[in-house]
Amino acid sequence: MPRINSPGELEKFRKDLISKKNPDKPCIAICTGTGCLALGAANVVTAFKEEIKKQGLQNKFDVVEIRETGCPGFCERGPLLVIYPLEVCYLQVQPGDAEEIISQTILAKKVIDRLLYVDPVTGEKIVHESEIPFYKHQVRNLIGNNIKIDPKSIEDYLAVGGYSALAKVLFHATPEQVTETVKNSGLRGRGGAGFSTGKKWEFARNSAEKIKYVIVNADEGDPGAFMDRALLEGNPHAVLEGLTIGAYAIGSHEGYIYVRQEYPLAVENVGIAIRQAEEYGFLGKNIFGSGFDFTTKVHQGAGAFVCGEETALLRSLEGKPGEPKPRPPYPAEKGLWDKPTNINNVETWANIPLIINKGAEFFTSIGTAGSKGTKIFSLVGKVNNTGLVEVPMGITLRDIIYEIGGGIPKGKKFKAVQTGGPSGGCIPEEYLDIKVDFDELGKVGAIMGSGGMIVMDEDTCMVDVARYFLNFLFGESCGKCSPCREGIRQMLKILTNITEGRGKDGDIELLEELCAATRDASLCALGGTAPNPVLNTIRFFRNEYEAHIKEKRCPSFSCKELIAYYIDPEKCQACMICLRKCPAEAIIGGKNRIHVIAQEKCTKCGTCFEVCPSRFGAVKRLSGELVPSPIPEEARTIVRENRK
Amino acid sequence: MSEILLQIDGKEVKAKEGMTVLEAARSVEISIPTLCHHEKLEPYGACRICVVEIDGRGRSNLAAACVTPVAEGLVVRTRSEKVDKTRRILLELFLAHAPDSPILKDLAQEYGADKDRFAKEASFCILCGLCVRYCAEVAKKNAIGFIERGASREISFIPQIVSQECRKCKGCFSLCPTEALQAAYHLTEALTFPLSSCEPESEK
Repeated sequence: MPRINSPGELEKFRKDLISKKNPDKPCIAICTGTGCLALGAANVVTAFKEEIKKQGLQNKFDVVEIRETGCPGFCERGPLLVIYPLEVCYLQVQPGDAEEIISQTILAKKVIDRLLYVDPVTGEKIVHESEIPFYKHQVRNLIGNNIKIDPKSIEDYLAVGGYSALAKVLFHATPEQVTETVKNSGLRGRGGAGFSTGKKWEFARNSAEKIKYVIVNADEGDPGAFMDRALLEGNPHAVLEGLTIGAYAIGSHEGYIYVRQEYPLAVENVGIAIRQAEEYGFLGKNIFGSGFDFTTKVHQGAGAFVCGEETALLRSLEGKPGEPKPRPPYPAEKGLWDKPTNINNVETWANIPLIINKGAEFFTSIGTAGSKGTKIFSLVGKVNNTGLVEVPMGITLRDIIYEIGGGIPKGKKFKAVQTGGPSGGCIPEEYLDIKVDFDELGKVGAIMGSGGMIVMDEDTCMVDVARYFLNFLFGESCGKCSPCREGIRQMLKILTNITEGRGKDGDIELLEELCAATRDASLCALGGTAPNPVLNTIRFFRNEYEAHIKEKRCPSFSCKELIAYYIDPEKCQACMICLRKCPAEAIIGGKNRIHVIAQEKCTKCGTCFEVCPSRFGAVKRLSGELVPSPIPEEARTIVRENRK
Repeated sequence: MSEILLQIDGKEVKAKEGMTVLEAARSVEISIPTLCHHEKLEPYGACRICVVEIDGRGRSNLAAACVTPVAEGLVVRTRSEKVDKTRRILLELFLAHAPDSPILKDLAQEYGADKDRFAKEASFCILCGLCVRYCAEVAKKNAIGFIERGASREISFIPQIVSQECRKCKGCFSLCPTEALQAAYHLTEALTFPLSSCEPESEK
């Protein structure tokens, strides 16, 4: 293993690496990120390896190479792979496809049509990854490298220019200059608060203490969000490089990567990356022979959402219960073990090498006046193309949902998009054209947060959404300060009552009062933002709250206590479909006998509604009205004219 | 120690560096209610009943007086519509747990809090943590701690330590604002020493 002792040696090593690679050699890059693994990517990889042996290609130099990569983002269509240098992208690949891909695409250079992306509008088949609409509208500065490298191979990272930024700062910039560059880039913290990263570094740098710490916050906890996981799993060296640059700027020699234990692959890959970087001399004593020392360790969180809050994270790292501490003092003055500490989110750190390599001007050329660069979002929920998307700041929500996300499935109507995790807000249709940046989202009561984006369609009840997020926070508040603990407890009770038909006049006002106290008086940002889902849904969907409270009606037919299913006897053709499919055996009827739902048995799963053939449309959803009494037994027989 | 000048309720107050807003206010006889604060214990900032309004950077924020350090030129209001409203609702949340606590009842009267605003909760404890912190910081025995998190959080004695230490101390008893602590203690004692808990009261 070569230890690299100077920037010159690094460049020479990199050149050797690249020259050894034949750019024409086909490479099958298979995503083995958590999403694709869950969809069976490991079996796909095995199938390819066996197929290569079977076809006797393993010893033939320059025939094909398999690369297991991190997540490129299009999780909806996994397991996916990209074949280089042709850049052919195959989606939903199964182990059984390996033989055909090897013999057709690799050996005969033919594209297999059935594995390509099909444009749902034009029906056109798209061959190249970059031309798929999901990718076409993205600017993938950070996650674009994921499919190009094997995260377990430092050589792959070096081949795409890795560690050149670190070499550059260690030999060509003072710590002050590095801090200044980051400040000038306008980079704001990607963890949620959006504070200027450069200023944060400066505070820690200006502390007179000798011992300082730098920390990667990889305690990503928002439901449905996985940006940091994809970066840490897919490109761990970029995060390490950013961290080491930050350590140099601040004057720290020790760092921690605080990653949640629910991310085993991220823990594994970043662990491997640290060992490799130490062997190459990119971490440890005398990095690149510059005299700068920096070591870092991985620390696994134990599954508390609140530990993503920086003061709680620090306490957890110290081995104490993860509870926030009042600020000031800020971690930049008194952080880990009371030493100055700088904490940044994974995505923030991953941006650093890019800023150093391409300059602050490059970074500021992307984005809006107040928010620069790109941001990764996890686009999930009722949207056709779910996955990770990286977009320039300032793109509209409409472009993300419709151009990249491909719109709402099954022709349903869009209702709202929830941004910013459990403490974020729901943005309705009328604001879809606002530009996505830290400040604009705040104006409509939502937040950027760490980048969760959940799309909701007409079937989503907004009161239930607020209840869902409050229920999450109910279990994840640390419980130390009373406005957060007790406020969330009571808000959840009221919301549950409303969704179960026990809402009272005055509940909305009481919720608003509780929200104000929780927001204003809580110790940390968890409590401070916990009322957001409630306030925001009241602001934009007050009519839904009122329908639940006053009419005991759920306009989205989602709250089970407030809805019923009913079979219209005039329309029922006694086709037996719903009767057979009902999992609760709640449908009474038979051949030529009009079907009736036994309301006391019905679990309101909605299966009958979905399976009733649309030409009959006999199953009705009711809410806020009485279920008509079933027709008498003797009237249920259908006499069919043509069979007389 | 340098001297710091700040304003509390319109009064110029001289404070020393490192003091909290609560200490500065109390030094000039301005009273701020507290539940989780105790002079002998490290500031904790959990009950938030001591919130005050602080002006700065063009807006006013609520901050817990017991953990907010004094700073030059700080403008503090210990009573305002926002402060009173917040304290009132916090009291109502506490009263759902301990409607008969004398301290809470007095404060409820002052702030017009309705003890029946929220449905009653099963536990009397308002998790001020005085017992836990007294045992850790003053008695240095760690016989009682918090378990669980969020809304499931509660205090719990550790029987192994209780059996060695608590009988001769009981220093935490008088600190409890809602008397929930005694209930927890007696429960543990009853479980640990099924016979001794039947001893006459005078021997305890």
